[in-house]
Amino acid sequence: MPANPDTGHLWQAYLSVIAARYRTLLQYRAAAFAGVVTQLFWGAIRLMVLLAFFELAPDNQPMTVAEIAAYVWLGQALLAVFPWNVDSEIAEMIRSGSVAYELTRPLNLYWFWFARTIALRTAPTTLRCLPMIIFAMWIMPALGLDKWALSPPPDWAAGIGFLISQTLGLLLACAMTMLMHVVLVWSLSGDGINRIFPSIALVLSGNILPLPLFPDWMQSFLELQPFQGLVDVPFRIYAGNITGSDVLVELAQQVFWTIIFLAWGYWALGRVQRRLVAQGG
Amino acid sequence: MNSIALYGRYLAVSIRAQMQYRMSFLMAASGSFVATIVEVTAIWALFDRFGNLPNWNLAEVCFLYGVVNISFAIADGITTGFDQFGSLYIKTGQFDRLLVRPRSVVLQLLGHELALRRVGRLAQGIAVFAWGASHVQVDWSLFNLTFLTFTIMSGVAFFTALLIFQATLAIWTVESLEIMNTMTYGGVQMAQYPMDIYSAWFRRIFTYLIPLSCISYFPVLLIMDKADPLGTSVIFQISAPLLGFVFLAVSLVAFRVGIRRYTSTGS
Repeated sequence: MPANPDTGHLWQAYLSVIAARYRTLLQYRAAAFAGVVTQLFWGAIRLMVLLAFFELAPDNQPMTVAEIAAYVWLGQALLAVFPWNVDSEIAEMIRSGSVAYELTRPLNLYWFWFARTIALRTAPTTLRCLPMIIFAMWIMPALGLDKWALSPPPDWAAGIGFLISQTLGLLLACAMTMLMHVVLVWSLSGDGINRIFPSIALVLSGNILPLPLFPDWMQSFLELQPFQGLVDVPFRIYAGNITGSDVLVELAQQVFWTIIFLAWGYWALGRVQRRLVAQGG
Repeated sequence: MNSIALYGRYLAVSIRAQMQYRMSFLMAASGSFVATIVEVTAIWALFDRFGNLPNWNLAEVCFLYGVVNISFAIADGITTGFDQFGSLYIKTGQFDRLLVRPRSVVLQLLGHELALRRVGRLAQGIAVFAWGASHVQVDWSLFNLTFLTFTIMSGVAFFTALLIFQATLAIWTVESLEIMNTMTYGGVQMAQYPMDIYSAWFRRIFTYLIPLSCISYFPVLLIMDKADPLGTSVIFQISAPLLGFVFLAVSLVAFRVGIRRYTSTGS
């Protein structure tokens, strides 16, 4: 670790953790390329399914075709931000017992792992996101698939709102991933919980189906739950489906849930740390 | 010991090992049940908002969904060795050990683990299938039952082949796994819906190049005695599942070529 925490610049230590992990994860370029191809495929499947249904009753729907297309492509481009897995090295440390060494570092365990998690959630995204957006925005129309293309945000406000909202979504995703790490420390059989969590999150975030397309009577519930901030809020702001003062309300909700999950994870990690039993030896 | 007996021995060891952590197994299995059942809500929501597809209602789609997921769950359960091939064998160099043993690599990888936790997905597939089947008019003749079993077996062959391709790719890319997972799960996602909603070029790829629709859509049409809006003949629908087995054979050849090109990561 390049930075010396004794200098009082503890945040520098965390930043270098992010940078180091980020660079390591950027190494897997062939995997990223394969990822782009398959995710484009997956996006196309999802769009075809949604549009096939959409055309059955195109009037008075809560989203337009262009909004659905933006939602689907952003969902594919930013898939790695979604809290669907844990840091495999952290999981391995917990399994092998070497997690004990982590406790001896002069850093707060939560923020140390949080820094690693930021790298985990961003590095694969940087590699995949640009080629996918280029493809969806420019190559799709060139192929004559205008209807499937990703359009730019309707105005500057939507673009800036999206950037802010997506950053909050990233922090929320990291806070949720940290909870999955805590579950692993708490019990190795937490595997089951860590399997259920992402699937429920996938549905409730809008990743499987855009949230506005769920039945109307479910909307008030879907609006309130935390997973909406991962996918649905930033994408709908981008597409211009959420505008005006509603944007501020949604952003506030994202901040609220991020703080809740950060506090929850921080508190829970502190608790399990005290009764941590190192495996193996 | 012959190969089948050895495979049986591998499986017995694997089951006994997993039963040592019974709680963990129960958590993982119920986890994957819940995880996969929530996905069905998306299909239900689409039908709820937009109404029936021209040729398909919700129950019929659930029938199709069930068949695909049962096949996939079984394949997923027996192919952990291929699924984890990159991270457990190639990246670590452990693969060299398999190569020096006097048994086929494929057999050893199949014997890596029988992932019992996959019964969660299997149960989900059966549940969705059962619901769909009870709301669809199907003539449960001996022929249809046999043909359904045959279809599911060809589906298992198909998804096993996808995982073998994934392992083959890992020989070069080392860390390719999650990506091919997208492909496998993407395939499952896609086959859950009737093929006639996809564009023609897309359908062609997934019929002739990757015979996904041959292990799901076409045989299911025959079982439900539905006319195909794409106009395929009954003969084609009966023989379609054979392509699942052909696909498996191709993947095994590819894997063999991959092994010949293998260079150890050597640490």
